[in-house]
Amino acid sequence: MSKKRLVSAAMAAAFAASLITGCGSSGGGTTTTTAAAGQTTTKAAQTTTKAAEKTTTKAAASGSEGKVLNIQAWNEEFKSRMEDHYPGYEKVDATTGKIGDVTVKWTITPSKDNAYQNQLDKVLPDNEKASADDKVDIFLMEADYALKYVNADVTMSLKDLGISDSDISDQYKYTQDIVKDKSGNLKGLAWQACSAGLIYNRAAAKEVLGSDDPATVQEAVKDWSAFSDTAGKLKEAGYNITATTNDTYRVYSNNVKTPWVKDGKLTVDDNIKKWVDDSKALVDAGETGTQDLWSDDWSKGFYPDGKVFCYFGPAWLINFSMKGDDTSSIAGQGGWGFCAGPQSFYWGGTWIAAAAGTDNPTLVKDIMLKMTTDKSILKDISVKDADCVNSKSVNAELAKETIDPVAPAEGDDGKMKPGNITYILGGQNPYKELSEGAEKVDMSNISDYDQGCNEEFQKAMKNYFDGNASYDDALTQFKKAVNEKYPDVQAD
Amino acid sequence: MNKKKKRAGTARYNKWGYIFLLPFVIVYVIFQLIPLIDTIYNSFFENYRSGLKQIGPNFVGFANYLKLFQTGDLPTYFANTMIMWVMGFVPQIVISLILAYWFSDPSLRLKGQRFFKTVIYLPNLIMAAAFAMLFFTLFSDSGPINSILVGAGILKEPYSFFSHVGSTRGLVAFMNFIMWFGNTTILLMAGMMGIDTSLYEAAQVDGATSSQVFWKITLPLLKPILLYVVITSLIGGLQMFDVPQILTGGTGDPNRASMTMIMYLNNHLYSKNYGLAGALSVILFIITGLLSLLVYRMIGGTGDDSYGKPAKSVRKAKRR
Repeated sequence: MSKKRLVSAAMAAAFAASLITGCGSSGGGTTTTTAAAGQTTTKAAQTTTKAAEKTTTKAAASGSEGKVLNIQAWNEEFKSRMEDHYPGYEKVDATTGKIGDVTVKWTITPSKDNAYQNQLDKVLPDNEKASADDKVDIFLMEADYALKYVNADVTMSLKDLGISDSDISDQYKYTQDIVKDKSGNLKGLAWQACSAGLIYNRAAAKEVLGSDDPATVQEAVKDWSAFSDTAGKLKEAGYNITATTNDTYRVYSNNVKTPWVKDGKLTVDDNIKKWVDDSKALVDAGETGTQDLWSDDWSKGFYPDGKVFCYFGPAWLINFSMKGDDTSSIAGQGGWGFCAGPQSFYWGGTWIAAAAGTDNPTLVKDIMLKMTTDKSILKDISVKDADCVNSKSVNAELAKETIDPVAPAEGDDGKMKPGNITYILGGQNPYKELSEGAEKVDMSNISDYDQGCNEEFQKAMKNYFDGNASYDDALTQFKKAVNEKYPDVQAD
Repeated sequence: MNKKKKRAGTARYNKWGYIFLLPFVIVYVIFQLIPLIDTIYNSFFENYRSGLKQIGPNFVGFANYLKLFQTGDLPTYFANTMIMWVMGFVPQIVISLILAYWFSDPSLRLKGQRFFKTVIYLPNLIMAAAFAMLFFTLFSDSGPINSILVGAGILKEPYSFFSHVGSTRGLVAFMNFIMWFGNTTILLMAGMMGIDTSLYEAAQVDGATSSQVFWKITLPLLKPILLYVVITSLIGGLQMFDVPQILTGGTGDPNRASMTMIMYLNNHLYSKNYGLAGALSVILFIITGLLSLLVYRMIGGTGDDSYGKPAKSVRKAKRR
C-alpha cells in the first residue's frame, strides 16, 4: 500500500513538473497575442493616407448623409452638455440620442490606463472602410495627446468642414494652438477655456499675509522667488505652501520656450529645470510634499486640518474636485480665494474633433459651431454647468455680473450638491482673472510627445526630491522611460 | 484467437488515449505553442508605434536583443525580481513547512484544523491588484499604518514607505508571502500526508527525536513536492508583475528598484513595441528554463537515491 502511495506521489510531482513547461511559455505567449492584433493595425495605418485624401472631396459634396452619428468620448461630460444644450437633441437612453432623424450613438471608454486612446487607435485608422453606421463622426481629445491625432490623417481639418476663422474669432488663441497640425490647419474646437490660477486658503492668507484680499495674495506670489519667500513664512505658521511638488508642474511646463521633442531630440526646457530646482528647495525646506496628484495625501489639504496654503487649478477643479459637497471642507465653508499666481497656465479641457471618413459632415460642423461658438449656449453652459467657456465676450459679461453665492445643499436625490463658484471662493467672482489668464496662455511649444514626457518627468523627479537619486540619475531614468514610450525619440 | 483479441483490445485503448489527449494538445498548440513561436519570430523585427505612426515591421536580426543588453538595465531588473522573490519565498517556505508539519502530525491533535487551513488560504483568493491597492492605501503617508505608528509614539513623523527601497521591496515580498504561504502549506501538507505513518511509528520505537524525524524522514520524502513548490514559485516569482505594478503605480520606484522583468516588458507595450517586448520575453523564457533546470539539479538530482532508501526500510518494516 505504502509503496503505491509513494509512487503516486512521485507521479503527481512528475505530472506537475511537466505542467511547468507550459507555465514557462505562457509568459511569452501573452505578448504575442497582442502582436498579431498590432499587425492588422499596421495594414490599416497604411491605407489611412489614401483614405484621408478621399475625405476632403466627400465632405464638400454632402448630399445625403449618414443616419447614425457615432461619438467617441472618455466620460459623460460632453454627452450631458449635448443633452442639455444642443437644440433638438433628444435623449433616448444612456448611450443613444436623436437629432432629427439621425441617431446619436455614444461610445464611452474611460481614459484610465490609456484605454481611451487605445480605443481611438483601433477605430480611427480604419474609419474610412467602416460601414456607414459604424463610422466614427466625432471624437473628443484632451490637450495632452491632441497632437497625436491632429498630426495624423485621422482628423478632419476645420477648413474642409467649412468652418472659417471668422466663425471662431471669439475663442481664446491657446485653445486653437493646441489643435493646429504641422502645416497650421486647425483640427478641433473646445467649448471650455480651462485657464487656471492659484486657489488659496483664505484663513491661512489672513494669518500669514495679514489679508485674504486677492490683490495682496497675488503680490505675495507674483513670481517664483516671491512664491518661495511666502513658502518660508507659511512654514513658520505650520502651513505647506502646496500639497505636492506636482501642483506647480503645469504652471512651469505651460511656460516653456522649447517643446519636449525638437527634431526628434529630447530637450529639457529651462523653465522645467527651474521647476526641479524650485521644487527641490521647497521639499528640502519641508514646505511641500512629493505625493501624486489626486492621492489622498494630496487632497487632505481640501480640509482645514490639511494645512495647505494653495492649489493650482482651473474653474472645474474648484467646482468639482475640492469636496465642495462636504460642509466640513474649506470649499464647503466658502474658504478659498483665487488669484492669477506666478505664471499663467491652463489645465484640462475637451476638444471636439471630426473623424476623417465621417458621413455626417454637415451635422458635425453644426455641432462643433453651436457647442463652441454660440454665445447663448455658452452662457447657458457657464451658468448651469459651471464651465469656464471658450468665449471672450461671454466671460467678459460674466466678469461684470454679480453672481450670487449658492451654499451647498441637499439635492432632490438626497445627495449634497456643492455650492457655486462664488460661494466656494467666499463671494469672489473669478471670471476676470480666468479670462485674463486664458488670453495669456501660450501653447505654441507643444509636441506630440507631451503626455508621456510630462508624466514620466514628474515620476522620475520624485526620486530626486525624495533624496533617492541625484538630478542626473533621475534625468537618466526619465530618458529611459521616454525611450520605452517613444522608441523613435533620441533621448541622449 | 486469444492473442488476436488481445492485440485488437490494445489498439482500441490506444485510440481512446489519443482522443482523450486531443483537447489538451489542441489547446496547447493554439494558446501556447503558436504564441511561443510567434514571440520568437516577432523578436527579430523592429515593430512599434510612435503616436499613430507605425514603424516596421522590419527585419533587424538580433538588434532587439543587442539593444536590451546595451542599455544595461536588464541585470538590474532581473536582480530586483530575484531579490523580491527571495525576500518573499524564504519566510514562505519556512512558515509553510512548520505549519504543514504541525497540521499533518497526528500526535499534536490540533483542533480547528479545517478553519485555519481555510484562513491561511484566503489571502490567495483576493485579486493581487486589489490586495496591492489595499496595501498602498494602508501604507501611504497619511494612511492608517502611519497614523498608528505616529499615534503610538513609535515614529515622530510619517514614514513614506514608497520612497524607500527597502520598505517598498519589503512590502512587495511581504504581500507575495501572505498571498502564497497558504497555498504552499496545503501542497506540502499533501506531500507529508503521503508519507507512511508506519515510518514515524518505527522512528518513535527506535527513539528518534522529533527534529530527527523531521530532518531524516519528512524532508527527504518530501523532496518531489518541495521541488515542485520551489520551481513553480520561482517561475511565479520571475513573472512577478501585478503586485509591484499596482503598488508603485507602474513606475517601479524608488529609482526603479522595484521594477521587475515583466513590468519592464509592460513598459514597452505602451509604444506597442512588439519587437523589443518579444526579445525580452524570449530572454525571460531562457532564464526561466535555466533556473528551473538548476533547481531541478540541486534538489532533484540526488532525489532518487534518498527516495529509494526509505522505501527499502518500509519493506523491511513490513517484513518485520
